[in-house]
Amino acid sequence: MAIPITYNIRNLAVRKTTTVMTALGIALTVAVLLAAFSLVEGLKTAFEGSGHPLNVLVTRKGSDSELSSNFQRSVFNDMKFKQGIAKDKKGDPLASLEMVTVITLASEEFPEGTNVNVRGVTPTGIEIRDDSKIVEGRWFTPGRREVTVGSSVAKRYPAAHLGGKLKFGRGEWDVVGVFDTPQMARKSEILTDLNQAAGDFERTEVLSSALIRATDEVARQALVNDLSYDSKLNVQAKTEKEYYAMQTSSGDLVKYLGTFVAFIMAVGSCFAAMNTMYAAVARRSKEIGTLRILGFSRVAIMTSFLAESLMLATLGGILGILLVVPLNWVSTGIGSNVTFSEVTFQLRVSPQIMLRGLVFALFMGAIGGLLPAFSAARKQILVALRQI
Amino acid sequence: MRYLPLIVKNCLRNSRRSVLTIISLAISLCLLGVMMALYYALFLGAPAKSQARRLVTRNKVSIVFQMPIYYRNQIRNVKGVEEVAIWQWYGGVYKDSRDQRNFFPRIGVEADKLFKVYGEYSIPEDQKKAFIQDPASCVVGKALANRFGFKVGDKILIKGDIFPFDLDLTIRGIYSSSETSDETLWFNFKYLENALRNSSRLAAGTFTMLANDPAEVPRIAREIDALFANAPTPTHTESEFAFGVSFLSFLGNIKVILMSICGAVTFTILLISANTMAMSVRERVREVGVLKTLGFQQSTILGMILGESAVIALIGGAFGLAIAQLLCIGIRQGPAIVDQTKTLTLQPPVVALLLGIAMVIGMASAVVPAWNAARTNIIDALRFTD
Repeated sequence: MAIPITYNIRNLAVRKTTTVMTALGIALTVAVLLAAFSLVEGLKTAFEGSGHPLNVLVTRKGSDSELSSNFQRSVFNDMKFKQGIAKDKKGDPLASLEMVTVITLASEEFPEGTNVNVRGVTPTGIEIRDDSKIVEGRWFTPGRREVTVGSSVAKRYPAAHLGGKLKFGRGEWDVVGVFDTPQMARKSEILTDLNQAAGDFERTEVLSSALIRATDEVARQALVNDLSYDSKLNVQAKTEKEYYAMQTSSGDLVKYLGTFVAFIMAVGSCFAAMNTMYAAVARRSKEIGTLRILGFSRVAIMTSFLAESLMLATLGGILGILLVVPLNWVSTGIGSNVTFSEVTFQLRVSPQIMLRGLVFALFMGAIGGLLPAFSAARKQILVALRQI
Repeated sequence: MRYLPLIVKNCLRNSRRSVLTIISLAISLCLLGVMMALYYALFLGAPAKSQARRLVTRNKVSIVFQMPIYYRNQIRNVKGVEEVAIWQWYGGVYKDSRDQRNFFPRIGVEADKLFKVYGEYSIPEDQKKAFIQDPASCVVGKALANRFGFKVGDKILIKGDIFPFDLDLTIRGIYSSSETSDETLWFNFKYLENALRNSSRLAAGTFTMLANDPAEVPRIAREIDALFANAPTPTHTESEFAFGVSFLSFLGNIKVILMSICGAVTFTILLISANTMAMSVRERVREVGVLKTLGFQQSTILGMILGESAVIALIGGAFGLAIAQLLCIGIRQGPAIVDQTKTLTLQPPVVALLLGIAMVIGMASAVVPAWNAARTNIIDALRFTD
């Protein structure tokens, strides 16, 4: 027969200081692990939610990033009439020639400045970004030194507020508007007129990339293949989704660091849990003897102590999860390994991540509780009863 | 001091618990040690000796933009600048860019200047000469050579992405460095000069300077930036050390990450230690009653319990330091994310701080239980059953 679980609950409640302290130790360990995971998850969500399913991004062959791509204007003119490209209301192809570069802007987090994407686009470029909506001000006017910034940019960099001036290229640019989009990665960009920007950076012929909209999914795949294998064009095409998904690995270092730290902390926490459980066993020596006399088997006693350790760990796990839940409202920036510029994103503690934290805690509880439970089960009845 | 034997005896009364506590403290403290060593190396420490004299100039707007080659001559004339070398980041793709292992820096550099500016590089004299003489050559770091099995004389092809041409290079030498990263491929800048002849793209990515005195570095940086303040391409100059750290901010807010880890670890240690002390004092209340009956002062009892906790914490701290140093040595062998990890070690201030933290945590965690025990009156203490 098994020892009722309420016995363990009461035991944990009686030694509440010890219980809480051990559980807190486990909680902090879980929190460190989950914090790292939430960062990676947030990054993943930001990038996976970015990109239109029908968009194809074209760069020069060999360039995995728009920044390192040198895309000729003439190549763009050769490809924009390919089959399968959607048309706008006027009947022109929805293909946007773009120039990407970065500038340094100071944020509160990094006063010395980080890289921010600046993208020169034509009116087609705004049309193709049909989910980008103006929330403040207006779009830039082609031919003027004006920029419209993404909502994350406006929030994160003090210089980039509406009505402010940014200094890059050959002079100052007016911030005339703020746009918002559900796509996290695009919110971290500054949009401006292609020709103005290209002129400033002396890149009138050599730009960065083309973004094209396919009519449907079949046409998209055909376009990707067609463009990539056209040896005359010498370009490579990817779906926009793929391009963004690639950037999730930017958080790898933080993930490895967090996992490494959490693992070492877990070893320490295991020993601490072991300590607590050994103390529990020692203090309840007489009780264990009594239980054995009452007819509970060694297995029942071992299970009971192991269960108690697991309950302690669960408590720690839940506390740890509660500690990281507020991270859901934290947003931070990280340098993308592809665009070489900062992407702002929100940390995210998803249910899967919480579950992982709980499993991690249970694992610590199991390892920490096993030996003490074993020693409790092995106690001789008479010796146990005689102990004070 | 005369109670030291008694304190030690008390530590040993439940040796399993003491050992478990010491292990868990040691592990947490070793982690704290490594994190603090990293923090110290990145944000507080002095650069390695070779690095202390170097500065880097980049385009003020962003490192992505270039500077005219002729800036070199003007920089060379700044007082205190011993040597200037042009750097150009080539980027490119080696084999297959999808495998992260194939990534390493490929930088074009003026071959004759490289080993003057990077005085800590060691390379056989004949390899150095061969590199300088052959415009289509490169030298690779020892770590990089080990990773790919490169040998002197090997050919290496890197496909261009930023630049519209490929690099077809011969490895003329293998250098090693104990202080800075040796995972860079340096190729002869003449290759770029030949490939980009008459092109506006022939420019300098950064300039790396060697100052004649580390103390002159801030002044030189100011003077260089003043030179180009009103030019079409203004510059930003900083010590190479700061330049390297600024790259780290790219990986996320490292400062905050390290600090929060340190905070979490410290708090965990405090919990572990406080928990153990509370347990060990609780089972000893009756003993305290006996000691009091024998005439021990309250303060002595308090001191003994605090001392016991401090001893355990210090032993844990000492073990932790030893493991942390081992981990640091391990990190030094690993790939260098920044130069600083190549010489990562527990600096004396970090050691002192760690032992201090261990000691304080030991004492702090024992204060409440010790105070309670010392205060209990004799009768209650003697009557106490746990």
